[in-house]
Amino acid sequence: MGLALAAPLLLMAITSLKSQSGISFSEGWTLSHYGEVLGRASYRSLFLRSVLISGAVTLVTVALAYPMAYFVAFHARRKFIWLVALTIPFWTSYLLRVFAWKIILGFNGVINSGLMRLHLIDQPLEFLLYNPFAVVVTLAHAWAAFAILPIYVSLEKIDRSLLEAASDLGDSRFRRFLRVTLPLSMPGVIGAAILIFVPTTGDFVTPQLVGGTKGTMIANIIEVQFNAVGNWPLGAALSLVSMAMVGVIASLFVAAARAATRAAR
Amino acid sequence: MSFLSISQVSKSFGGPPVVDRVDLEVQRGEFFSLLGPSGCGKTTLLRMIAGFEPPDSGAIAIDGEAMNHVPPHLRPTNMVFQSYAIFPHLNVFDNIAYGLRKLKLPKQTLRARVEAMLATVRLEGLGTRAADQLSGGQRQRVALARALVREPKILLLDEPLGALDKRLRETMQLELRALQRQVGITFVLVTHDQEEALSLSDRVAVMEGGRILQVASPRDLYERPSSRAVADFIGEINFFHATVREIGGETATVNAGLLGIVTLPRANLAAGIKTGDHILLAIRPEHVRFASDGVAGDIAAATFLGERSHIHVSIAGRSDPISISASGAPATGPVHLAFPPEKLMGLPAGD
Amino acid sequence: MKNRALFSYALAYLAFLYVPVLVLPVFSFNNSEFIAFPLSGFTTRWYGALAGDTAMQHALGNSLKVGLVTALLSTLLGLTAAKAVTHYRLRGAGAALGFISLPLFIPDIVLGISLLLLLGASGLPLSLAAVVLGHMLVCVPFALTVLIARFEGFDRNLEEASADLGEDGWMTFWRVTLPLMLPGIVASLLLTFITSFDEFLVAYFLSGTEATLPIYIWGQLRFPERLPMVLALGAIILTASVGLVVLAEYIRNLGVKKPMVGA
Repeated sequence: MGLALAAPLLLMAITSLKSQSGISFSEGWTLSHYGEVLGRASYRSLFLRSVLISGAVTLVTVALAYPMAYFVAFHARRKFIWLVALTIPFWTSYLLRVFAWKIILGFNGVINSGLMRLHLIDQPLEFLLYNPFAVVVTLAHAWAAFAILPIYVSLEKIDRSLLEAASDLGDSRFRRFLRVTLPLSMPGVIGAAILIFVPTTGDFVTPQLVGGTKGTMIANIIEVQFNAVGNWPLGAALSLVSMAMVGVIASLFVAAARAATRAAR
Repeated sequence: MSFLSISQVSKSFGGPPVVDRVDLEVQRGEFFSLLGPSGCGKTTLLRMIAGFEPPDSGAIAIDGEAMNHVPPHLRPTNMVFQSYAIFPHLNVFDNIAYGLRKLKLPKQTLRARVEAMLATVRLEGLGTRAADQLSGGQRQRVALARALVREPKILLLDEPLGALDKRLRETMQLELRALQRQVGITFVLVTHDQEEALSLSDRVAVMEGGRILQVASPRDLYERPSSRAVADFIGEINFFHATVREIGGETATVNAGLLGIVTLPRANLAAGIKTGDHILLAIRPEHVRFASDGVAGDIAAATFLGERSHIHVSIAGRSDPISISASGAPATGPVHLAFPPEKLMGLPAGD
Repeated sequence: MKNRALFSYALAYLAFLYVPVLVLPVFSFNNSEFIAFPLSGFTTRWYGALAGDTAMQHALGNSLKVGLVTALLSTLLGLTAAKAVTHYRLRGAGAALGFISLPLFIPDIVLGISLLLLLGASGLPLSLAAVVLGHMLVCVPFALTVLIARFEGFDRNLEEASADLGEDGWMTFWRVTLPLMLPGIVASLLLTFITSFDEFLVAYFLSGTEATLPIYIWGQLRFPERLPMVLALGAIILTASVGLVVLAEYIRNLGVKKPMVGA
């Protein structure tokens, strides 16, 4: 299976090095596409924006999901029912969920028409849609389950007697959370963060539907290269670069988080 | 011809042998125990009898038939696992009936047999109960019933009472003994609990480091241990270093250091001891007497245990205190100890 | 108190999760082409329109086919891998598992594109079969996670007990291993089916001329007048999925406690 994965990636690397003229691949290898990818300012800013948006999505999703996971792990009586209830929204098509947000946030959408009906606002709110804000909100919703479950699992695994010991040794509940619960749940949080950050960088559906021009991400450009423009090598180069970047950022993040957890002890 | 015969069986898992050239003979209808500390190889030996592990060398025969190439599902043995291994997706009745399916008995006969077994292990009426609703003691009985209903030639038990609390364990021990007598099947039990082995068995094999140290009846093990290891493992004991001065016809005289020159019955010396040998004199705590004169000492600690008291007496020239078990004994102060020679055992000091 | 604040948060979060999802059924019954308040009356005409939409039904059929095949193959692969890993304690197990789980950490788009290139280079056509292969890369890790967890909770003594009681390898598998693994197998099938059914990115690149349902939906999103129909479709999918999960749970708890003499 690992081989099945390596081959396409290798192929992509190869394709990205080829040059292209017209509709078919021409002879010769070239790094010109990489030059284009790394050289063009518009691509660079796009990369940056994608990373920032993905980072924001990860942060928001995890931050929102953590209290929820905490609640189910520590305070919920019928945990299974809560978990099922939390996962049911994801039994719908991803496309439709994104689209639902488009409807809700839109100019004539649910929020705006509802608020206007209630005479709370006169003009529709414009900041809701077609910008990074919309992308973040939509993806925070879409990835919620991916965040809740890993965090929940690692919270659930914490030995309750550790918490009792901390209290016994004088920690207030808040301190105990900071010193015991949070560090011990870090593996789950890190796992969730990676699980969210990486796919987000490759998502073009959400940016396309709700991101507008201000919210375009790198994946949109890649998709365009493959379908509309037909410049496969360039698309391949873009993909590899973005993947490498994501990989580096993710590894740095994991290493940093581990070091921070160790230092905090 | 013995019923279960194990000859020169060895097994290793890539390191030093876990079972080392073991020879064992178990008689038909015996309650036989393998006793030893964790890691001594007793469970591995049991699993080899059951067929779950093939011996590296040696042969196992049951009722005259060689078992070396017989897989576990065809052997005339059945096992009660330490974890009981009750099938969680079947109820009590189906668990017990599990091994009878192959016999293709008519429904009535099957039902009667299972019901009879339920009664034997005192679980009548619980046939329809689900596996996950049983208590520890009940699960143990289901495991027993499931194995016994197949009427095996040998029943193997792997630390069956380890998971039960003390009181339940004692009750189950009595039940197990009675059950074995009632059913008449050969039992081979593995345990690290010497009280259990001694109270249940007709004979016990003491194992250590993959080897058999001694095979004897519980009484013989207790009163005539053949080595220091066995004596130490079974119950409490006091040791004294001594040298053999002279061995006569009925008696032997030894120079026992702190105890002075002692003459004891020759029968109390383990086999193979010669004049001049360095030996260990051993005596059980309940045989040491408080006397008006004898070895002088001071009571270091006394624990009241109800019927008896456990007393430690320190004597000059010796680092370990002497263990004494007596009733109505003094609790503190200087005392004198007497060591009746007929209760002294002489063991080889080598191991 | 801390509990109450947390509880309110939990409810609010739950609302946040459900509101967008509820938009689907609510507006699918709305008698207007515009998705906005105020509601304009109840209608089922959008559902009716779905019944006549052959393109949609064709795409649905494709998705079902792909989903079923993917589920079966992924679960099968997952089973063999899980058994190998837990029973035989292979030395490279950890590394192999990490490798197999790699697709989870690669953006779908990269996966889709690289597979597209692979297919192009090897001359294989873009088709539903290609989609199945792509989906399997994504689904096998899920299947593995579920099945390994199930395998590890499995008492090995149970298989030995069965052998000890007279059953050979095949019967032991049939009477003990399989029944106990069944909940895990069902869960794996369900998980992989739903993952495949809902998957868009890889299918988008690999399906060629045949559309799966998500691809069909994507195509419809450009036409505002078709929106309520799409919402109706979404509402149906939601109900069906929930129903499926409930049914699976019910089946799982059925076979557990009945006495089956001679089973």
